[in-house]
Amino acid sequence: MAETQKIFGASIKRKEDPRFLTGRGNFTDDVKLPGTTYAVFVRSPHAHARIRSIDSSAAKALKGVLAVFTGKDLADAKVGSLPCGWLLPGIKVPPHLPLAADKARYMGDAVAVVIAESPYIAKDAAELVDVDYQVLQAIADTEKSLLPAAAQVHDQAPGNVCFNWSIGDKAKTEAAFKSAAKVVKQRIVNQRLIPNAMEPRASLASANPATGDVTLWVTSQNPHVHRLLIGAFVLGIGEHKLRVISPDVGGGFGSKIFVYPEECVVTFASRKLSRPVKWTAERRESFMADAHGRDHVSDAEIAFDENGKIVGLRVKTIANLGAYLSTFAPLIPSYLYGTMLSGVYDIPSIYCEVTGVFTNTAPVDAYRGAGRPEAAFLVERMVDLGARALDTDPVELRRKNFIPKEKFPYQTAVAFVYDSGDHHGALEKALEIADYRKLREEQAQARKNGRYLGIGVATYVEVCGPAPSQAAGSLGAQAGLYESANVRVHPTGAVTVFTGSHSHGQGHETTFAQVAAQELGIPIENIEVVHGDTAQIPFGMGTYGSRSAPVGATAVYLSLQKIKEKARKIAAHLLEANENDVVFEDGKLSVKGSPDRFKTFGDVALMAYLAHNLPKGLEPGLEFNTFFDPPNFTFPFGTHIAVVEVERDTGQIKLERYVAVDDVGNVINPMIVDGMVHGGIVQGVSQALWEAAVYDENGQLVTGSMMNYTIPRADDVISFETARTVTPTPVNPLGVKGAGETGTIASTAAIANAVMDALAPLGVKHIDMPLTPGRIWDAIKGR
Amino acid sequence: MTSVTVTVNGASKTHQVEPRLLLVHYLRETLSLTGTHVGCDTGQCGACTVLLDGAAVKSCSLFAVQADGRSVTTIEGLAKDGKMHAMQDAFWQEHGLQCGFCTPGMILSACEILERNPRASEAEIRTGLEGNLCRCTGYHNIVKAVQAAAQKAR
Ligand code: FES
Ligand code: FES
Repeated sequence: MAETQKIFGASIKRKEDPRFLTGRGNFTDDVKLPGTTYAVFVRSPHAHARIRSIDSSAAKALKGVLAVFTGKDLADAKVGSLPCGWLLPGIKVPPHLPLAADKARYMGDAVAVVIAESPYIAKDAAELVDVDYQVLQAIADTEKSLLPAAAQVHDQAPGNVCFNWSIGDKAKTEAAFKSAAKVVKQRIVNQRLIPNAMEPRASLASANPATGDVTLWVTSQNPHVHRLLIGAFVLGIGEHKLRVISPDVGGGFGSKIFVYPEECVVTFASRKLSRPVKWTAERRESFMADAHGRDHVSDAEIAFDENGKIVGLRVKTIANLGAYLSTFAPLIPSYLYGTMLSGVYDIPSIYCEVTGVFTNTAPVDAYRGAGRPEAAFLVERMVDLGARALDTDPVELRRKNFIPKEKFPYQTAVAFVYDSGDHHGALEKALEIADYRKLREEQAQARKNGRYLGIGVATYVEVCGPAPSQAAGSLGAQAGLYESANVRVHPTGAVTVFTGSHSHGQGHETTFAQVAAQELGIPIENIEVVHGDTAQIPFGMGTYGSRSAPVGATAVYLSLQKIKEKARKIAAHLLEANENDVVFEDGKLSVKGSPDRFKTFGDVALMAYLAHNLPKGLEPGLEFNTFFDPPNFTFPFGTHIAVVEVERDTGQIKLERYVAVDDVGNVINPMIVDGMVHGGIVQGVSQALWEAAVYDENGQLVTGSMMNYTIPRADDVISFETARTVTPTPVNPLGVKGAGETGTIASTAAIANAVMDALAPLGVKHIDMPLTPGRIWDAIKGR
Repeated sequence: MTSVTVTVNGASKTHQVEPRLLLVHYLRETLSLTGTHVGCDTGQCGACTVLLDGAAVKSCSLFAVQADGRSVTTIEGLAKDGKMHAMQDAFWQEHGLQCGFCTPGMILSACEILERNPRASEAEIRTGLEGNLCRCTGYHNIVKAVQAAAQKAR
């Protein structure tokens, strides 16, 4: 296996890159169909307003305008509400029509759509749609939404409460706090972020009036989920009549999981007009109407015994869900958050209560880490605050409280069973790379010289690879979370892999081909990976939660095993050998002990299709499908260390070094994993230092463009030092855990811990993010 | 309607266009050169970067008529005789792209940086790329790619 062993685990250049490098990618907005018309949405400028009437006569009169549809038109046509795919006990799910009919509930809520022959005409016409709004009092603030005087977003959700959820043993946790030697409390805000994938969302629907078929190109991370939800719940189109294609997608980070109003409306309009209808978001629309992320306000308490062992963690969180429930909104601040509050620590008692609230803001859903960054930030800040209160080194305190290696699989106090882990291993490696001891010496020296150097450590664990369908179902999922893969071997031995995972930057066309090349011992050039088309792929749950490798690639692997088994049967027959004596290595099927008696994989594939000489009873063809439902989630972990310097006179923060040691189990392509870690780190740094979505008290989005919402640029950040430890997961045969989100999950806390460490001599303990110079300055001045 | 004549990737093109037609839409819609992307509407993201008479410009911030009589290079025009430009190859080698959406603009800006300063330092490369946003890569490998291309040109 010398040759092929190198493929799995090798930093192979990506197969998909040449088309992107030469400008021949095929993004949704690049798709051109004859006779295409263009949609522009009319959006509410108010956060909360009753729609008294809509006069579209002037818009309709404009030359080139084909139609204007309003919420009433959709309601009259019996268009359904956008469904919510995760339900918690007692949850309120108010209706969400693709176009608001009675009230607009956030700035940017779509109330009408104009369809015209050109995007320029559509835009002109949208300006002419006259909406008579009765402006209502709005509520945007997370905490204030629960005040009795707050505006009510939905009649169905009194007091703006969408759900109350809790996890953990309340009584046990209370007892732990009563007997604790030290309790540390902190209010922790995890501010709202706006995803801003570089490709704005887009959709193009093309209805064929002759057949009744509709094809929808859409920027989706999960085209089959889009087909199911749009077809079955919103527009009533059978899946056999709706084809969803998600071609090249320019980043998603969660924001392209969800079914949004726009793709439903263009599909509706295309069927009405019998013309293709295209919509491409302008960036200002992405800011207003893409699902946002985070937005928690929490009160956290951590309890220690006299030896510095954590004995309890108690958390009360208010999670802002925005104006409507986005597709997976309830899941994020519950089972992806409260369940991760044990972090990497052996904590005997944890109790967490979450109140999900409606506000007049854009819907909030999964974004880059989704729930886990919020949990990791809270836990890692609390541990650092604990270290400060106990006057011990934060690394020492962590070591003392880690889940010991021999305790895996580890049952946390908050539902999950961690599959595997070696937290000491990752920590020690990171400390060594950073040279922690030397850094502390440098810091001591710097302090003497009046310089504020800070070292921040974050030791994290996250949950990936959703999910065991049965477990997910019992927690409220309205879908299963397996993945499918179809592997088709062609008569010449070339292979097409059809996967239900979807790549929007992750590089599946390469990594999944690596898995196949490894298993079949054939050149990677002979393998094509197809994703993102419901007409070609049997089924799929898509890509999010770092699930493509652990769930999607495993499905590919399992189909390959079936291929190999059948190939072995055919080879045994052709070689007149016993099937058990056939060895499949380096693309050859040979008889054990006589390597000269062999058939190539190509020979076998050809015979599978010629079928002139197959074992009795074996059907022709060489193609298998697998649905893989994982037995558990996976739990990547690691240690990140940040070094910063805070300039006392300006509050400016300079990033000096960043070390990331991650354990994502086995790695298919280290280059790709490193790349995802880099991107994640920058997102986490950015949340700690710069990014924040801000609504004013009237619900106006103040940070509505790239001019006032900070997206980090190349000169804002540095190069990173990445490394790995490898603890394979037992959950899947590849031993892979998922690597898409680790960077984001660890880095926000690492940076915040570093800045607070820098400011420790000034007595500053905690500052809410983003840690802007103004906030630092205020904290230094004791304001 | 106004007539514009632009040399695009070496070939002269003449079209009647609306005066308000943006250069990026002229490239994408009129010429079907969809490698030039639109990532924002405020001239902030650089996804639409092309070379206008050799200088990197944001084609979303220019009208097609402003390119009249001038020469535009888009990402489609960078490879020569089926062979990738050294910068394209460096981005491939160093994994300077993930989703690929920012890539065309990033590569053209990077070409201009090295054109002006073949010995650009990491800091100079970072400053030079300041007008191009990438949400996937964290810039680490993009910077490495530009450094690698510079190294190779020496
Ligand atoms: S499209 Fe963003 S700068 Fe041109
Ligand atoms: S590679 Fe996706 S935005 Fe740069």
